[in-house]
Amino acid sequence: MNYIKRKTVSILLTVVGIIVTIFALWISLQYRTLTSGFLASLVSIRGVLILAGIVFTILGVYFYPTKKHRTIINILFLLPSVLAFSMTVIIPFILGVFYSFTDWNGITLNNFIGFENYKDFFKSPEYIHSFMATLIFTILNMLLVNIIALGLSLLVTSKIKGRNIYRAGFFIPNLIGGIVLGYIWQFIFNYVVTNIAVTLNIKALSQSLLSLPNQAIFAIIIVSTWQYAGYIMMIYVTAIQGVPTSVVEAAKMDGANGLKRITKIVVPLIANSFTICIFLTLVNSFKQFDLNYAITNGGPSKLFMGKAIYSTELLALNIYKTAFTRNNMAIAQAKAVVFFILLAIVSLLQVYFSKKKEVEM
Amino acid sequence: MTLKKIRGLILELVGILLFLLFLAPFFIVVINSSKTNGDIIRDPLSFPLNWSLLLEHIKAVINSPNMNYWRSFLDSAIITILSLTAIVIFSSMAAWVLVRNHKKWSTVIFMIFVAAMVIPFQVVMLPLLSWFRKLSDISGIAFLSSYTGIVFAYVGFGSSMTIFILHGFIKNIPYELEEAALIDGSSPEGVFFRIILPLLKPVQMTVLILNGIWIWNDFLLPSLMLGLNGKVKTLPLAVTSFVGSYVKQWDLILTSTLLAMLPVVILFLFAQKYIIKGMVEGAIK
Repeated sequence: MNYIKRKTVSILLTVVGIIVTIFALWISLQYRTLTSGFLASLVSIRGVLILAGIVFTILGVYFYPTKKHRTIINILFLLPSVLAFSMTVIIPFILGVFYSFTDWNGITLNNFIGFENYKDFFKSPEYIHSFMATLIFTILNMLLVNIIALGLSLLVTSKIKGRNIYRAGFFIPNLIGGIVLGYIWQFIFNYVVTNIAVTLNIKALSQSLLSLPNQAIFAIIIVSTWQYAGYIMMIYVTAIQGVPTSVVEAAKMDGANGLKRITKIVVPLIANSFTICIFLTLVNSFKQFDLNYAITNGGPSKLFMGKAIYSTELLALNIYKTAFTRNNMAIAQAKAVVFFILLAIVSLLQVYFSKKKEVEM
Repeated sequence: MTLKKIRGLILELVGILLFLLFLAPFFIVVINSSKTNGDIIRDPLSFPLNWSLLLEHIKAVINSPNMNYWRSFLDSAIITILSLTAIVIFSSMAAWVLVRNHKKWSTVIFMIFVAAMVIPFQVVMLPLLSWFRKLSDISGIAFLSSYTGIVFAYVGFGSSMTIFILHGFIKNIPYELEEAALIDGSSPEGVFFRIILPLLKPVQMTVLILNGIWIWNDFLLPSLMLGLNGKVKTLPLAVTSFVGSYVKQWDLILTSTLLAMLPVVILFLFAQKYIIKGMVEGAIK
């Protein structure tokens, strides 16, 4: 009895749900032609109808009494994540790759033009410069962050007083968004640093770093290092704390001094975290956008290969500006695809290196 | 012995100096938030003459139509909390199904989620915008300039990494636990909500912190989906829009950054241990 009742309710819910959904979708598809009458009054609530229909269907399917209940649960449990994920990542990604081969202008596209977009920007001085700047930025930033983070981690794992406060202090910049930090540092470079330089009579620094086309990139490197070093430091700290004290003690007994203990014992033992940290900083630096946007926003301009270009426009910002300032949607999309390929190569390298490490160990 | 002492002292000194250097930017923000614009330009390193100016600046920033502090704070909080709740529940559900089914489809879906972690936002942002615009136009559900759309997007973008982390954790939960409950007559969804979900608590902390910091500070996604001057505005957007309209008014700009940083700093002071642990664990996995 109960079984039959449940089955009826479940089927009823499912059928009503499906009908409502299809009906609402049908309204959605031709709502522009519906101007009067009962249907037109439903146009404004078509979104609610669709959602209600879907919820009804899901409830109906969920309550259906069957031996395959497990399969139904599997599907229902996967549905929200898979749906959101495919609608925000997979579909736009596929569309994006496709658009990069067309003359898409953000709304419509007329022609399939093959590699025209790619050909267009690969030769442009602006892109070549942006590419090189990103390369320099990424490598310098990766090196600086890791060197400073390692130094800091050794400092805060030594026996100094207040090491926990130091850890927190070094870590804090990493918690605050690049946009907010960027504006603060823009102020520091433009007013504080120049003010100190004038007071101390240092000629080299009396002009703001941000107004020098060839040096402005170092401002972003400084801030980025400051922001990430504390984070990477904590990863090294975790690794160093994992080094067994007995090993360090034994080295001490054998007469190894502090420096030797660090270079010969600690550093080799935390080699694994080097791979993690190096790739983490490589990828993060390569994707740098927020600081770039807030500190220099690409400027100042300079001449490069006979053309005026922005001197600190890293690739991520270059894509953004190509799309929204210069209104070249298709070219921006093609640049983004190249951006993705470069990142994918870095990630593949990371997988390769960590696999290799695992084999060795 | 003395050499060791001197070395220790030098280390202490280096520590203090570095600490001060790292926190100097925040110090600069605080002192300059309480000066007039003229004083700031003249001498950005001097102490303010009277601290009451700070209150006035805070009031001005909070009430500015570009910043609208309480409203932006609330928007940020609502978006972050809704997204986190949805990400945690939905990703746990998906990860559990993917772990407990040893089939080809579960491996394939999991591999797609993992591989997608490489996809940078830049490559999907332009099609995402036009596609969401089309979707809202057809369905009547607002995907842009609304909580719904941005929360939906965060669930999509956050699920990759979250499912990856949770997958690794659930794998280590013995299946016998679930079997016992199933034999006792529990439904599979009952097993998940009553046994698995409570067991995930330690790793959920990592997931919450990693996603929370990202969503709270995110700029590019909300700037595209909500617009810099839209109805719904997160704190990073509010600061950007504020800076754009108060060019060179550094007294107010610095106060606005101070106010924007405050919530996270306060949270950090209370939950320092969890935050550091969560972020480090997320990176190692």
